[in-house]
Amino acid sequence: MKSAIFSDWAEWLPRLLDGLWVSVQVTGLSLIIGLAAGLLLALAAFARTRLLTWPAILLVEIGRGMPALVMLQLVYFGLPSVGLTLETYAAVVLALSLTTAAYTSEIIRAGLRAVPDGELEAADALGMSRGDVMRFVVIPQGLRIALPTLLGFAILIFQISSLAFSLGLPELLSQAYSIGAATFRYLDVLTLAGLLYLAVTIPAGWLVARFERRLSRHLTT
Amino acid sequence: MDVLPIIVAAIPVTLGVTAASFAIGAVLGLALVAGRRSRWTVVRGLSRSVVEVLRGIPPIVLLFIIFFGIGSGALRMEPFQAAVIGLGLVSAAHLSEVYRGSLLAVPKGQFEAADALGLSRSTTSARVIAPQAFRVAMPGMVTWAISLLKDSALVSTIGVAEIMSVTNQHARSSGDGLMPFILAAAVYIAIGTPLAIWSRWLEKRFARIRKAA
Repeated sequence: MKSAIFSDWAEWLPRLLDGLWVSVQVTGLSLIIGLAAGLLLALAAFARTRLLTWPAILLVEIGRGMPALVMLQLVYFGLPSVGLTLETYAAVVLALSLTTAAYTSEIIRAGLRAVPDGELEAADALGMSRGDVMRFVVIPQGLRIALPTLLGFAILIFQISSLAFSLGLPELLSQAYSIGAATFRYLDVLTLAGLLYLAVTIPAGWLVARFERRLSRHLTT
Repeated sequence: MDVLPIIVAAIPVTLGVTAASFAIGAVLGLALVAGRRSRWTVVRGLSRSVVEVLRGIPPIVLLFIIFFGIGSGALRMEPFQAAVIGLGLVSAAHLSEVYRGSLLAVPKGQFEAADALGLSRSTTSARVIAPQAFRVAMPGMVTWAISLLKDSALVSTIGVAEIMSVTNQHARSSGDGLMPFILAAAVYIAIGTPLAIWSRWLEKRFARIRKAA
């Protein structure tokens, strides 16, 4: 019996690993696009004109306020009615990027705000322009402060990528579910999929925690 | 816009799933945090593993394991039950982390003073530490409630007729994929925003108390 389970697992594993690869790809792309957009939103929220800060804050609050699942459905089923039809893969990446942008802009904004005032005053005293202060003083330090939280969010968005199941993207959960539907061995195959998710998220979580301790070492000792 | 009454009618189901999962999580979370502070290494290790697994697995995968995996075999389960068990377990893990952080915020002197007064371990926990820790935990607990509210949309995938589920159905039958989802998003934001404001207020109030102390 035991060996039967393991031979099934061995048979399912290649398909699940294909799915995992899709999950990782979608996560990576969404992080790249979403982080860039998140940084822009964070900077917009710092702008001097309310014409820029208010829309930025509103967008972020909307993006963070709705469930990621709603965002996915909205992009996939909603955008066609305004003339933009995306393939599943692109729709998933767009939706997850939007969610990433909303969350990471908050994280980056907190990081930028944590840069000590003295740094800004010093840069100002040196006669740096506002743009240069942002580019050379605030952004590098702020991103460094935000980095551990951003990495933590990257793990979260990898988990959220499982929602792409609802649009039929052949990622890890979809693969597991369709194997389950074909074999009626839901418990086995879903557990295996769960273990594969854990094999990524748990070590990643440890690495982030270790990295965070290293970054804050000078603060405690 | 005719979908709005349908969405509004589903709000109680969403709130029910959220509240029931939160309640389960709040209680089980206590057990997990007690386990993590246990004198026995095995209990500590076990509690920590449970938390890591529950936090590491995507909630939708956990829901599927419970509903399709366990629910289709040994235990027949209603979608609502599976939903509340799944999200309750996830909540337990997250809330135990919130509790753990809040316990760390209670000054060591409080433990020592209770010990010096000869209070038992359980009295110390219940009457001295818990009330102080709870105040620190409140903002984090409310923040988790907001996340949970949004995560409750996941239970549409196992057939609980909450906001997301009725929205999806309406979008499919009416062929309008835009308006229903925009309205659903608006409803989630309308419920979540007061909670977010409350959490921020609690946090500010706590910071003020701590400054005064």
